[in-house]
Amino acid sequence: MDTNSTYDPNSNIDKDDEKNQGTSRRKFMKNLGLLGAGAVTGAAALYSGHLFEEKKEKSGESKVLLTQDNKLVEVDSLEMKYIQKAPEEKLQERGREGIPGKRWVMVVDLARCRNARRCVAACQSAHQLRPDQYHMNTLQLQDSPDTAPYNMPRNCQHCDNPPCVSVCPVDATYKRQDGIVLIDNERCIGCRFCIAACPYSARIFNWVEPRDADKYKDQPYNVELNVPQKKGTVSKCLFSADRLREEKLPYCVEACPNGVYYFGDENEDAVTNGTTKETVQLSALLRDNGGYQLMPELGTKPRIYYLPPKNRVFPFEPAKDEQFSKS
Amino acid sequence: MNDQHFTIEKITGDLTRHIRLNKGFHLWMAFLTAGMLICLYAYSLQLRFGMGVTGLRDYVSWGMYITNFVFFVATSLIGMLISAVLGLIGIKWINPLARIAEIIAVGFAAVAGLVIIMDMGRPERLAYVFIYGRFQSPILWDVTVVTTYLVLSLLLYFLPMIPDLAISFKKAEKLPVWLKPIYKILSLNWANNPEQNKIIQRSVRILLILLIPAALSIHTVTAWLFAVTLRSGWDSSIFGPYFVAGAFVAGCAAVIIAMYFFRYNYKLQDYITERHFNNMGKLLVLMCFIYLYFNFNEFLVPGYKLKRGDAIHLDEMLAGRFAILFWSVQIGGLILPIILGLFRRIRKPLPLMIISVAVLIGAWLKRYIIVVPTQEHPFLPIQHEPHNFQIYTPTLTEIGITLFSFFLVLFIITILSKFFPVVPIMETAKENGIEEGEMK
Repeated sequence: MDTNSTYDPNSNIDKDDEKNQGTSRRKFMKNLGLLGAGAVTGAAALYSGHLFEEKKEKSGESKVLLTQDNKLVEVDSLEMKYIQKAPEEKLQERGREGIPGKRWVMVVDLARCRNARRCVAACQSAHQLRPDQYHMNTLQLQDSPDTAPYNMPRNCQHCDNPPCVSVCPVDATYKRQDGIVLIDNERCIGCRFCIAACPYSARIFNWVEPRDADKYKDQPYNVELNVPQKKGTVSKCLFSADRLREEKLPYCVEACPNGVYYFGDENEDAVTNGTTKETVQLSALLRDNGGYQLMPELGTKPRIYYLPPKNRVFPFEPAKDEQFSKS
Repeated sequence: MNDQHFTIEKITGDLTRHIRLNKGFHLWMAFLTAGMLICLYAYSLQLRFGMGVTGLRDYVSWGMYITNFVFFVATSLIGMLISAVLGLIGIKWINPLARIAEIIAVGFAAVAGLVIIMDMGRPERLAYVFIYGRFQSPILWDVTVVTTYLVLSLLLYFLPMIPDLAISFKKAEKLPVWLKPIYKILSLNWANNPEQNKIIQRSVRILLILLIPAALSIHTVTAWLFAVTLRSGWDSSIFGPYFVAGAFVAGCAAVIIAMYFFRYNYKLQDYITERHFNNMGKLLVLMCFIYLYFNFNEFLVPGYKLKRGDAIHLDEMLAGRFAILFWSVQIGGLILPIILGLFRRIRKPLPLMIISVAVLIGAWLKRYIIVVPTQEHPFLPIQHEPHNFQIYTPTLTEIGITLFSFFLVLFIITILSKFFPVVPIMETAKENGIEEGEMK
């Protein structure tokens, strides 16, 4: 649209003058004409550009969108291009890869858990789960009749030797380089072998149409959040992989009012408490407080550590709606 | 059998007499078809509303369908025992029964493959198993070996039947007109040349040898679906042979039941004799004994140590929620059949058939108490869940879908036995001293 870039009359005049002086006036007139034409064209172009800008300003409804790296941006509706499928593929790709250089790890301080179940609620809300569907659940346990009962949050242990991943026939559930075990509900065939294989009962199945399936049906599938949930597929705790990508703490960790959860990177040897936001040394925390893993004898190598319920902050109160189970 | 004079005409006539459409057959097939249609409606409900129409939930996530799958794989194993093991070591009395065993093998293996699809949350993604299959998953092994076994069994059903089809085509008088061209095509121009017979004999022999590892694999791998997990009651190193032994029990029972009905409905009294029932009865008792031994092993050893998970599991089985089922299966489906089967008077067609029905029902229920109980008692307690998450009760829809497999297998067995000779014609003729030349 710019006249100068398409046609440069001055440079032509110089060249022609050197070659042929006799025809210079004719040439000059011709060039002048061309210049004029060019100017008109340029003006027209500028004007149409101006009109375009004006139109844009007038019709522009700006929309707030979430980008792939989880940033909110304001975009005019006219500048929006609808891309089919591509974002989902991107989400899948990075969801399978994981976050390089990280080894996520969780520490659960049982002395501070009083079964508030805020973690459960936050998790269910983030992952579009029904009230009876748990990626994580708080259990009330008693190891033997003579020992004290305690509350224990139980989510996926993100095992380094995950029995669920071994048995999956289609690579729907997989272990990432950052230690997280995820489930891809675009791939899952619903055989539920992983549910049978998991000794921690950490996996659930969408037996019926998921909660608010209609509302979320156009949402692109994010494997790191496992939403929208899909009927006939398995679902599970994801260590809030989507939050970790934003450099935030998982939903449950953030939601806890009592400082039960620490979360962090094993490579950095540091974990941050979700309530107090205090960062401590992982190895020291485990060493000083007798950290242990759940059923280590099974050889699953969990990525969650528990600190024993010693010097309890809250008294133990049996959950009212539940029958207490000892097994 | 020895008193009568057998000619090739009489044998062919006797063994193809049942091959015609009659009223009883139409009624039976109409009944099976109607049954299947009702069950398919139940399955359509599951497709529409999800697997929530079953009694399965997050803790007991494998129930009747998996029970049924294991049962079908188990029963199909009899093809290996009768045709391959007993056949290869040269036991003659099984000859008239070999094809019945193959019919059972084909029918049950084919339906087993279908049953497992009913258990899938996303059956439309079945192809993913082949596209994205990961070979470290026992499901891949199962798919591979069940398919192999089905193909081998089909070939073993078909190859020895080629001469029979040719003989029937020529000599059987009352063969339905529409069936004749099918016989002609399927008999592959068999003309009783020594060369042709040699090819058939050789191929059958190779198939019989291949069948043994394939059959052992299908049930061993099916057992491993459970044994590779860490759950009490499944976490066992003898699950492979334990399942194989149990499979022969179920298979023997199925063959005896089939023998009984073929014998009476198809008038095969001269060919499937009381001697065959007597021998099959002995075989059933032997298999039950072996299975009982494995049962002792499977319960006594963990019961001696009483590790926590095993203790809870055993308690539920022997004295808890599953006790009635457990003891009925062990006594009614195993111990009583052994005791009764020891008497010659019981090894007659009717009593033996009744015992076999009990054994077969016991075999199904046995698989149910292998699959279900341990899932109700995971390592960590089931809390904050509705009651139906804690205890598994199959729903009517689920039972309907399960029944489909029984209608279907009876359908397949009826077709295979009704339109083709059940007892091998050529083998029978040879046994009665009829020269090969007469069979042309």
